[in-house]
Amino acid sequence: MTTEVQEFKTQATKVVGDLRHRKLIQTALGKYEVARDKRKGAFQSWSEARQVAAETKWDAINHLDEHLVSFADKLEARGTKVHWATTAAQARDIILGIIQAKNAKCIIKSKAMTAEEIHLNAAMEKAGFEVVESDLGEYIVQLRQEPPYHIVFPAMHLTRHDISDLFEKHLGSAKTDSPEELTMIARRALREKYITADVGITGANFAIAETGMVSITENEGNARLTSALPKTMISLLGIEKVLPRMADLALFLPMLATAGAGQPLTCYNTLYGGPRQPGESDGPEEYHVVLLDNRRTELLADPEQRDALHCIRCGACLNVCPIFKNVGGHTYGTTYSGPIGSVITPHLRGLQNWKHLSYSSSLCGACTEACPVKINLHHHLLQNRRNSVQKEADPQEKLIFKLFAWAMNSPGLYGAGKSVARWFGPLHRLVMGTFLDPAKAWTKTRDLPPIAETTFKEYWKNRQ
Amino acid sequence: MTVTLFIPCFVDLMYPKVGISIVEIIERLGHRIDYPEDLTCCGQPAFNSGFWDEARKVALPVLERLKNSDAVVIASGSCGAMLKVFYPELFANTPQADAAKELSAKCYEFSDFLVTKLGVTDLGATFPHKVTIHDGCHGLRELGLKKGARDLLGKVRGLELVEMKEAETCCGFGGTFAAKFPMISTAMGEVKCASAADTGADYIVSNDSSCLMQVQGLLSKQGSGLKTIHLAEILNSK
Ligand code: SF4
Repeated sequence: MTTEVQEFKTQATKVVGDLRHRKLIQTALGKYEVARDKRKGAFQSWSEARQVAAETKWDAINHLDEHLVSFADKLEARGTKVHWATTAAQARDIILGIIQAKNAKCIIKSKAMTAEEIHLNAAMEKAGFEVVESDLGEYIVQLRQEPPYHIVFPAMHLTRHDISDLFEKHLGSAKTDSPEELTMIARRALREKYITADVGITGANFAIAETGMVSITENEGNARLTSALPKTMISLLGIEKVLPRMADLALFLPMLATAGAGQPLTCYNTLYGGPRQPGESDGPEEYHVVLLDNRRTELLADPEQRDALHCIRCGACLNVCPIFKNVGGHTYGTTYSGPIGSVITPHLRGLQNWKHLSYSSSLCGACTEACPVKINLHHHLLQNRRNSVQKEADPQEKLIFKLFAWAMNSPGLYGAGKSVARWFGPLHRLVMGTFLDPAKAWTKTRDLPPIAETTFKEYWKNRQ
Repeated sequence: MTVTLFIPCFVDLMYPKVGISIVEIIERLGHRIDYPEDLTCCGQPAFNSGFWDEARKVALPVLERLKNSDAVVIASGSCGAMLKVFYPELFANTPQADAAKELSAKCYEFSDFLVTKLGVTDLGATFPHKVTIHDGCHGLRELGLKKGARDLLGKVRGLELVEMKEAETCCGFGGTFAAKFPMISTAMGEVKCASAADTGADYIVSNDSSCLMQVQGLLSKQGSGLKTIHLAEILNSK
C-alpha cells in the first residue's frame, strides 16, 4: 500500500468516527441542496442549460489552442504581460520573479485553487514575503495553517465558536457568537493589509477568449480590493478556464453560482482586461496573467477523459457526494477533493499513488447528476480503475479476479463453492466480526445472510 | 411472450425468494419463463474493480446466451445497469460491440419490465405495512428508474408509503468498495438507516438485493426492528 492510501484510510476512519464533524458537514450541505434546488427553478430549463454549458466547454477545450492564443493576444494588446507555465515550479518562479522585481514585502491574495495546487503561499513565505489571504474562509484556514476544506467553502468545517476562538488567539479579539461581528473583526485586520500590500494575486473563474478578459466572481468584494489597491496585479489560472465568447458568461455566471452555492448570482462579478489604461483613474499599474498547464495537456490528450477539463470548479459534485459528506475534505490529501478531485488527481499527480481515490467510491453517480457541465464523473472513476489495472495490477487482486472469472464460467465450480460456503456457514457464525473472520471487512459492522436452504437454482431444478 | 430471466449470484444464493417472486408474478401475467441455469454473474465485480479483461470473460457467455432472447428481465437494478449500460462500454471496439448494443435494448430491470414493457401496475398484492423506498443508485441514475416502483407500490392493498429524506442517497454498498473501504461504506449506510428509521416505517423496500444486503446487514447488527424487503416480494404478497 502506498503511504497516500494509508493516510487516506487513517483520516477517513478518524472522520467517520467523529459524529459531530459529520453532522456539521451534512447539515451545511443539506441546506445548500435546498437552496440550489430552489435556484435551479429560475432557469427555464436546467437540463437544457447544462447541455448548452457542456457543448460550450466542449468547444472551448477542443479548440483550446486557438482560444488561448486569442485570449493572450488581446490581453497583451492592452499592456498585460502573459506568462505560460508548463509546470508548477515554473509558475512559482514566474510569480516570485515578478514580486521580487517589484521589491514587494506584503502580498495580498484572493481565493485561487490553482495557487493551492502549486503551493504558492509556501513558496512565497519561504522566499521571505508576507502573504495574506483576503477571502474570509481562506483567511481563516490560513490562520489555522491548513489547506481549504472545500474548493468553494474553504472553512465550512468550522463553527462560529471555532472561528471566534481562532480570532481571539491570533488577533486578540473578544469572543463573539455573531457572524457579522466575526466578519468585521477579519475585515478590520484585512483592510490594513490591502493598503500596505505591494502585489495582489488572484485566481480566475473564466478566461474569455473573444475579448481577452479574466472573469472573477466572488461574494465579499475582496478580490476587487486585492486587484485594485496594489500597484501590481497577478492572476494565476489553469488553461482550462477558457470560455470562447463574452456572451457565454450570461449562462456560466448564474450557472456557477447556482450549482455551487445555490445563489442566483455571485455578489461581485468583475472582468479584468489589462492594467490601468491612459486616462483611467484607477486599476493596477502592471498586470500579469500566468497560464498554468501542470499536466492539464496530458488530460487533454486523453479523448476518453478530456471532458474533465470542462470543470468550472463549482463544487456541486463535492456537495452531493456521500463519500465527501462522510469523510470530509481534508481526508483526500489533495488540492481538489470530492469526485472531481478523485477523477483528476491521478492525472495531475500520478495514477498509481492516487488511484485509491477512484476506488473509494460506491459509483453512485450523484456527482455526475449534479455536474452543471455534464462531466461523466463516476464513469471516469471506472476508467481510472481500468487504466491502473492495465498499467500495473495488484498481483493478489489479479489472481482473485482470474479465479473469479474461471469460477463464474464453470457451473460445477460455482456449485462446489456454494456447498463449501454452506458447510462453512455455521463455523463462520462463530468467528463473525472477529479478527479470525476472513470476511471481517464486511462483518465487523454488518451481518451477512447465510446461503439459503434452497437456492434459486435448486428451486428451478426441483420445479422442472 | 417468453421472458428470459437473469438471476445474479447473490439473489440465487441468498435471496432466492426474490427470484421466485419474479417467476410467479411474470407467469401469473401469462408469460413463459426461460431461465438460463448456467449463468450466474454479469461480471460486474471484475468490471468495477478495473479488471475489464476478466469481466469480459464472465460477460461473454451471458451476452451469447441472452442475445437471442425476446426480453431479458434482471432481478437487480445494479446488474441491470451492467447489462444495459456497461456491456456496450465493456465490449466497445470488440467483435461483440453490436451484440452488446442489441442486448442492451432488450434488457429490463424487473419493475421497469412490469411498468414500461407490460404496462402493468396493479398485481393484486396486499401488504398491510408502512414502507419506505430506497432508490438503488444504479437503477436510479444509470437506468432512470424512480416512478415505476412507486406506481407499483401505490396499487398494493394496505400498503402505506412514506418517503425518506435520503431516498436517493447511496446506501454505501458499491460492491468491492464495501470491503475495501468498510469505514466509509458503513458510515454511508448509517446515514441511510437513520433516514429510513425517521419515517417510522416497518420496511425498507428496494429493487436491488445488493443494497438491501448492506442495509439489512447494518440494521441487524444495530439490533434495529426495521426490516428490508425486495419490491418483488411485496408485489407477490397476498
Ligand atoms: S466536476 Fe462538475 S460539479 Fe464538480 S466542481 Fe467541476 S463543474 Fe462542478
